[in-house]
Amino acid sequence: MSALPAPERTPVWEVFRKEKRGAAFEHAGSVVAPDADFAEAWAREQYGRRGESVALWLVPRDAIRDVEDWADEFDLKYRRVDGYSIKARLKEARERAGTAGTG
Amino acid sequence: MSGVPALPARRGKDASALLALADDELIVGWRDSEWTGIAPLLEEDVAFSSIAQNEIGHARALYELVVGPDGDADALAFDRKPDEYRCAPLVELHLLEWAYTIARRWLYEIADEIRITALKDDPDPAVAGLAAKIDREEAYHRMHAEMWHERLRDEPRFRKAVEELWPHALGVLPAELRGELVTRVGLPEGEAIERGTHTEELVPLWEEMTMVRRSAPAGAQW
Repeated sequence: MSALPAPERTPVWEVFRKEKRGAAFEHAGSVVAPDADFAEAWAREQYGRRGESVALWLVPRDAIRDVEDWADEFDLKYRRVDGYSIKARLKEARERAGTAGTG
Repeated sequence: MSGVPALPARRGKDASALLALADDELIVGWRDSEWTGIAPLLEEDVAFSSIAQNEIGHARALYELVVGPDGDADALAFDRKPDEYRCAPLVELHLLEWAYTIARRWLYEIADEIRITALKDDPDPAVAGLAAKIDREEAYHRMHAEMWHERLRDEPRFRKAVEELWPHALGVLPAELRGELVTRVGLPEGEAIERGTHTEELVPLWEEMTMVRRSAPAGAQW
Protein backbone atom coordinates (compact mmCIF):
# COMPACT_ATOMS: atom_id res chain seq x y z
CA MET A 1 0.00 0.00 0.00
CA SER A 2 1.30 3.39 -0.89
CA ALA A 3 1.35 6.00 1.85
CA LEU A 4 0.20 8.84 -0.31
CA PRO A 5 -2.58 8.52 -2.85
CA ALA A 6 -1.48 8.41 -6.47
CA PRO A 7 -0.90 11.97 -7.73
CA GLU A 8 -3.82 11.84 -10.17
CA ARG A 9 -6.21 11.07 -7.30
CA THR A 10 -4.75 13.52 -4.80
CA PRO A 11 -7.36 16.16 -4.01
CA VAL A 12 -6.95 19.75 -5.06
CA TRP A 13 -7.61 22.38 -2.40
CA GLU A 14 -8.59 25.83 -3.52
CA VAL A 15 -6.90 28.45 -1.37
CA PHE A 16 -8.53 31.76 -0.50
CA ARG A 17 -6.56 34.34 1.37
CA LYS A 18 -7.34 37.46 3.30
CA GLU A 19 -4.69 40.11 2.87
CA LYS A 20 -5.54 42.19 5.90
CA ARG A 21 -8.08 42.28 8.66
CA GLY A 22 -11.47 43.42 7.39
CA ALA A 23 -10.67 42.54 3.77
CA ALA A 24 -12.65 39.94 1.86
CA PHE A 25 -11.19 36.54 1.09
CA GLU A 26 -9.93 36.29 -2.45
CA HIS A 27 -8.96 33.26 -4.45
CA ALA A 28 -5.20 32.88 -4.28
CA GLY A 29 -4.52 29.58 -6.03
CA SER A 30 -4.53 25.94 -5.07
CA VAL A 31 -2.51 23.18 -3.47
CA VAL A 32 -2.58 19.47 -4.21
CA ALA A 33 -2.66 17.65 -0.88
CA PRO A 34 -3.87 14.28 0.38
CA ASP A 35 -5.73 15.66 3.40
CA ALA A 36 -6.59 18.85 5.25
CA ASP A 37 -3.46 18.74 7.44
CA PHE A 38 -1.11 18.52 4.47
CA ALA A 39 -3.16 21.17 2.68
CA GLU A 40 -2.79 23.48 5.68
CA ALA A 41 0.94 22.95 6.09
CA TRP A 42 1.62 23.50 2.41
CA ALA A 43 -0.77 26.43 2.00
CA ARG A 44 0.82 28.15 5.00
CA GLU A 45 4.16 28.01 3.25
CA GLN A 46 2.94 28.91 -0.23
CA TYR A 47 0.45 31.61 0.64
CA GLY A 48 1.57 32.89 4.02
CA ARG A 49 5.26 32.68 4.64
CA ARG A 50 5.98 36.19 3.35
CA GLY A 51 3.37 37.70 5.64
CA GLU A 52 1.04 38.25 2.68
CA SER A 53 -2.02 36.73 4.37
CA VAL A 54 -3.72 37.12 7.74
CA ALA A 55 -6.06 34.18 7.14
CA LEU A 56 -6.61 31.36 4.66
CA TRP A 57 -9.61 29.27 3.64
CA LEU A 58 -8.90 25.84 2.23
CA VAL A 59 -11.72 24.31 0.25
CA PRO A 60 -11.64 20.89 -1.41
CA ARG A 61 -12.32 21.49 -5.08
CA ASP A 62 -14.99 18.76 -4.99
CA ALA A 63 -16.96 20.88 -2.52
CA ILE A 64 -17.28 23.69 -5.02
CA ARG A 65 -20.35 23.84 -7.24
CA ASP A 66 -19.42 25.15 -10.65
CA VAL A 67 -21.83 27.58 -12.26
CA GLU A 68 -20.78 28.70 -15.68
CA ASP A 69 -23.72 28.38 -18.05
CA TRP A 70 -25.89 31.41 -18.56
CA ALA A 71 -29.04 31.65 -20.66
CA ASP A 72 -29.37 35.00 -22.36
CA GLU A 73 -32.09 34.22 -24.86
CA PHE A 74 -34.08 37.40 -24.37
CA ASP A 75 -32.72 40.89 -24.42
CA LEU A 76 -32.52 41.65 -20.72
CA LYS A 77 -29.83 44.27 -20.94
CA TYR A 78 -31.94 46.77 -18.99
CA ARG A 79 -31.09 44.70 -15.92
CA ARG A 80 -27.42 45.47 -16.33
CA VAL A 81 -25.69 48.65 -15.28
CA ASP A 82 -24.37 49.16 -18.76
CA GLY A 83 -27.73 48.45 -20.35
CA TYR A 84 -29.33 51.76 -19.52
CA SER A 85 -27.63 54.97 -20.51
CA ILE A 86 -28.40 57.69 -18.03
CA LYS A 87 -26.02 60.29 -19.38
CA ALA A 88 -28.32 61.85 -22.02
CA ARG A 89 -31.30 61.83 -19.70
CA LEU A 90 -29.32 63.44 -16.93
CA LYS A 91 -28.20 66.19 -19.29
CA GLU A 92 -31.80 66.90 -20.31
CA ALA A 93 -32.95 66.95 -16.71
CA ARG A 94 -30.22 69.37 -15.72
CA GLU A 95 -31.08 71.69 -18.57
CA ARG A 96 -34.73 71.64 -17.49
CA ALA A 97 -33.76 72.41 -13.93
CA GLY A 98 -31.36 75.14 -15.05
CA THR A 99 -28.39 73.73 -13.19
CA ALA A 100 -25.09 73.25 -14.94
CA GLY A 101 -24.01 69.66 -14.81
CA THR A 102 -20.40 68.79 -14.68
CA GLY A 103 -21.06 65.60 -16.55
CA MET B 1 44.09 29.22 13.46
CA SER B 2 40.55 29.04 14.62
CA GLY B 3 38.08 31.68 13.55
CA VAL B 4 36.02 31.29 16.70
CA PRO B 5 35.81 34.62 18.48
CA ALA B 6 36.12 34.78 22.23
CA LEU B 7 32.67 34.25 23.67
CA PRO B 8 31.27 36.98 25.93
CA ALA B 9 31.87 36.08 29.56
CA ARG B 10 28.27 36.52 30.62
CA ARG B 11 27.34 33.61 28.43
CA GLY B 12 30.52 31.66 29.10
CA LYS B 13 28.59 29.04 31.01
CA ASP B 14 26.02 28.23 28.37
CA ALA B 15 27.75 29.36 25.17
CA SER B 16 28.73 25.82 24.26
CA ALA B 17 25.11 24.65 24.56
CA LEU B 18 23.99 27.63 22.44
CA LEU B 19 26.68 26.89 19.89
CA ALA B 20 25.63 23.23 19.75
CA LEU B 21 22.06 24.31 19.09
CA ALA B 22 23.14 26.89 16.49
CA ASP B 23 25.37 24.40 14.67
CA ASP B 24 22.58 21.80 14.67
CA GLU B 25 20.18 24.32 13.14
CA LEU B 26 22.70 25.45 10.52
CA ILE B 27 23.67 21.95 9.44
CA VAL B 28 20.17 20.47 9.48
CA GLY B 29 18.98 23.50 7.50
CA TRP B 30 21.79 22.93 5.03
CA ARG B 31 21.02 19.22 4.70
CA ASP B 32 17.28 19.78 4.29
CA SER B 33 17.87 22.49 1.69
CA GLU B 34 19.54 19.83 -0.45
CA TRP B 35 16.00 18.66 -1.29
CA THR B 36 15.10 21.99 -2.88
CA GLY B 37 13.93 21.27 -6.40
CA ILE B 38 13.93 17.48 -5.99
CA ALA B 39 11.51 16.80 -3.12
CA PRO B 40 8.94 14.15 -4.02
CA LEU B 41 6.02 16.57 -4.28
CA LEU B 42 5.96 20.13 -5.52
CA GLU B 43 4.09 21.54 -2.53
CA GLU B 44 6.37 19.71 -0.13
CA ASP B 45 9.38 21.05 -1.98
CA VAL B 46 8.29 24.62 -1.20
CA ALA B 47 7.38 23.81 2.40
CA PHE B 48 10.53 21.81 3.10
CA SER B 49 12.77 24.49 1.62
CA SER B 50 11.03 27.12 3.69
CA ILE B 51 11.55 25.11 6.87
CA ALA B 52 15.22 24.62 5.97
CA GLN B 53 15.57 28.39 5.57
CA ASN B 54 13.88 28.95 8.92
CA GLU B 55 16.37 26.63 10.62
CA ILE B 56 19.28 28.57 9.13
CA GLY B 57 17.58 31.77 10.33
CA HIS B 58 17.49 30.32 13.87
CA ALA B 59 21.19 29.48 13.57
CA ARG B 60 21.94 33.05 12.55
CA ALA B 61 20.03 34.50 15.51
CA LEU B 62 21.83 32.13 17.88
CA TYR B 63 25.29 32.96 16.46
CA GLU B 64 24.48 36.66 16.82
CA LEU B 65 23.50 36.10 20.43
CA VAL B 66 26.70 34.16 21.11
CA VAL B 67 29.06 36.74 19.52
CA GLY B 68 27.22 39.77 20.89
CA PRO B 69 26.31 43.02 19.12
CA ASP B 70 29.85 43.77 17.92
CA GLY B 71 30.69 40.23 16.94
CA ASP B 72 30.75 38.60 13.53
CA ALA B 73 28.13 35.87 13.26
CA ASP B 74 29.33 34.89 9.78
CA ALA B 75 32.82 34.27 11.11
CA LEU B 76 31.42 31.98 13.75
CA ALA B 77 29.22 30.20 11.23
CA PHE B 78 31.76 29.73 8.46
CA ASP B 79 35.34 30.30 9.62
CA ARG B 80 35.71 27.30 11.87
CA LYS B 81 37.34 24.04 10.86
CA PRO B 82 34.98 21.07 10.54
CA ASP B 83 36.11 19.50 13.83
CA GLU B 84 35.33 22.75 15.68
CA TYR B 85 31.63 22.52 14.91
CA ARG B 86 29.51 21.33 17.82
CA CYS B 87 26.67 19.81 15.78
CA ALA B 88 25.31 16.36 16.54
CA PRO B 89 26.05 13.52 14.09
CA LEU B 90 22.29 13.22 13.36
CA VAL B 91 22.19 16.47 11.40
CA GLU B 92 25.34 15.72 9.39
CA LEU B 93 24.05 12.59 7.72
CA HIS B 94 23.61 12.89 3.99
CA LEU B 95 20.24 11.20 3.63
CA LEU B 96 19.28 10.59 0.06
CA GLU B 97 16.02 8.83 0.80
CA TRP B 98 12.88 10.72 1.69
CA ALA B 99 11.86 8.19 4.37
CA TYR B 100 15.13 8.85 6.20
CA THR B 101 14.93 12.59 5.69
CA ILE B 102 11.43 12.74 7.15
CA ALA B 103 12.41 10.36 9.95
CA ARG B 104 15.30 12.67 10.86
CA ARG B 105 13.09 15.74 10.63
CA TRP B 106 10.53 14.14 12.97
CA LEU B 107 13.13 12.93 15.48
CA TYR B 108 15.00 16.22 15.32
CA GLU B 109 11.88 18.31 15.92
CA ILE B 110 10.98 16.34 19.03
CA ALA B 111 14.49 16.62 20.44
CA ASP B 112 14.59 20.29 19.50
CA GLU B 113 11.29 20.98 21.23
CA ILE B 114 12.61 19.40 24.44
CA ARG B 115 15.78 21.49 24.56
CA ILE B 116 14.10 24.73 23.39
CA THR B 117 11.48 24.28 26.13
CA ALA B 118 14.31 23.97 28.66
CA LEU B 119 16.05 27.07 27.23
CA LYS B 120 12.87 29.14 27.61
CA ASP B 121 13.53 28.95 31.38
CA ASP B 122 17.14 30.08 31.04
CA PRO B 123 18.15 32.66 33.68
CA ASP B 124 19.60 34.85 30.92
CA PRO B 125 16.61 36.78 29.55
CA ALA B 126 18.25 37.17 26.11
CA VAL B 127 18.58 33.40 25.83
CA ALA B 128 15.07 32.72 27.16
CA GLY B 129 13.62 35.37 24.84
CA LEU B 130 15.29 33.99 21.74
CA ALA B 131 14.25 30.45 22.70
CA ALA B 132 10.63 31.61 22.94
CA LYS B 133 10.89 33.34 19.57
CA ILE B 134 12.38 30.25 17.92
CA ASP B 135 9.74 28.09 19.57
CA ARG B 136 6.91 30.08 17.98
CA GLU B 137 8.27 29.25 14.53
CA GLU B 138 9.18 25.68 15.44
CA ALA B 139 5.50 25.09 16.22
CA TYR B 140 4.88 24.95 12.46
CA HIS B 141 7.87 22.71 11.90
CA ARG B 142 6.46 20.32 14.48
CA MET B 143 3.07 20.41 12.82
CA HIS B 144 4.72 19.57 9.51
CA ALA B 145 6.84 16.76 10.97
CA GLU B 146 3.92 15.31 12.89
CA MET B 147 1.64 15.20 9.87
CA TRP B 148 4.25 13.20 7.98
CA HIS B 149 4.75 10.94 10.98
CA GLU B 150 1.01 10.34 11.28
CA ARG B 151 0.91 9.29 7.67
CA LEU B 152 4.08 7.19 7.51
CA ARG B 153 4.27 5.73 11.03
CA ASP B 154 3.10 2.26 9.95
CA GLU B 155 5.20 2.15 6.81
CA PRO B 156 8.07 -0.36 7.21
CA ARG B 157 10.52 1.92 5.39
CA PHE B 158 9.77 4.78 7.75
CA ARG B 159 9.95 2.56 10.86
CA LYS B 160 13.30 1.22 9.71
CA ALA B 161 14.60 4.75 9.15
CA VAL B 162 13.46 5.87 12.62
CA GLU B 163 15.09 2.87 14.26
CA GLU B 164 18.36 3.37 12.39
CA LEU B 165 18.51 7.07 13.23
CA TRP B 166 17.43 6.61 16.86
CA PRO B 167 20.94 6.38 18.42
CA HIS B 168 21.83 9.57 16.52
CA ALA B 169 18.66 11.28 17.75
CA LEU B 170 19.53 10.51 21.37
CA GLY B 171 22.87 12.23 20.83
CA VAL B 172 21.16 15.54 20.04
CA LEU B 173 20.21 15.98 23.70
CA PRO B 174 22.29 16.05 26.87
CA ALA B 175 21.76 12.93 28.98
CA GLU B 176 19.42 14.68 31.43
CA LEU B 177 16.92 15.55 28.69
CA ARG B 178 16.83 12.16 26.97
CA GLY B 179 14.13 10.61 29.14
CA GLU B 180 11.43 12.72 27.54
CA LEU B 181 12.65 11.90 24.04
CA VAL B 182 12.48 8.19 24.91
CA THR B 183 8.88 8.62 26.13
CA ARG B 184 7.80 10.67 23.11
CA VAL B 185 9.38 8.44 20.46
CA GLY B 186 8.60 5.17 22.26
CA LEU B 187 11.92 3.43 21.62
CA PRO B 188 14.27 2.06 24.33
CA GLU B 189 17.09 4.42 25.33
CA GLY B 190 20.10 2.33 24.30
CA GLU B 191 23.47 3.77 23.40
CA ALA B 192 23.62 7.27 21.92
CA ILE B 193 25.85 8.46 19.11
CA GLU B 194 27.21 11.40 21.01
CA ARG B 195 27.87 14.97 20.05
CA GLY B 196 31.58 15.76 19.91
CA THR B 197 32.34 13.14 17.29
CA HIS B 198 31.71 13.83 13.62
CA THR B 199 30.67 11.61 10.76
CA GLU B 200 32.70 11.44 7.57
CA GLU B 201 29.87 13.30 5.88
CA LEU B 202 30.55 16.60 7.63
CA VAL B 203 33.74 17.50 5.72
CA PRO B 204 32.20 17.42 2.20
CA LEU B 205 29.25 19.44 3.53
CA TRP B 206 31.60 21.94 5.17
CA GLU B 207 33.64 22.29 1.98
CA GLU B 208 30.56 23.19 -0.01
CA MET B 209 29.03 25.36 2.71
CA THR B 210 32.14 27.48 3.27
CA MET B 211 33.31 27.59 -0.36
CA VAL B 212 32.27 31.17 -1.07
CA ARG B 213 33.45 32.41 2.29
CA ARG B 214 36.89 30.82 1.83
CA SER B 215 37.23 32.19 -1.71
CA ALA B 216 36.32 35.72 -0.59
CA PRO B 217 37.27 36.03 3.08
CA ALA B 218 36.62 39.78 3.08
CA GLY B 219 33.03 39.15 2.13
CA ALA B 220 31.52 38.25 -1.22
CA GLN B 221 29.89 40.99 -3.30
CA TRP B 222 26.75 39.91 -5.13
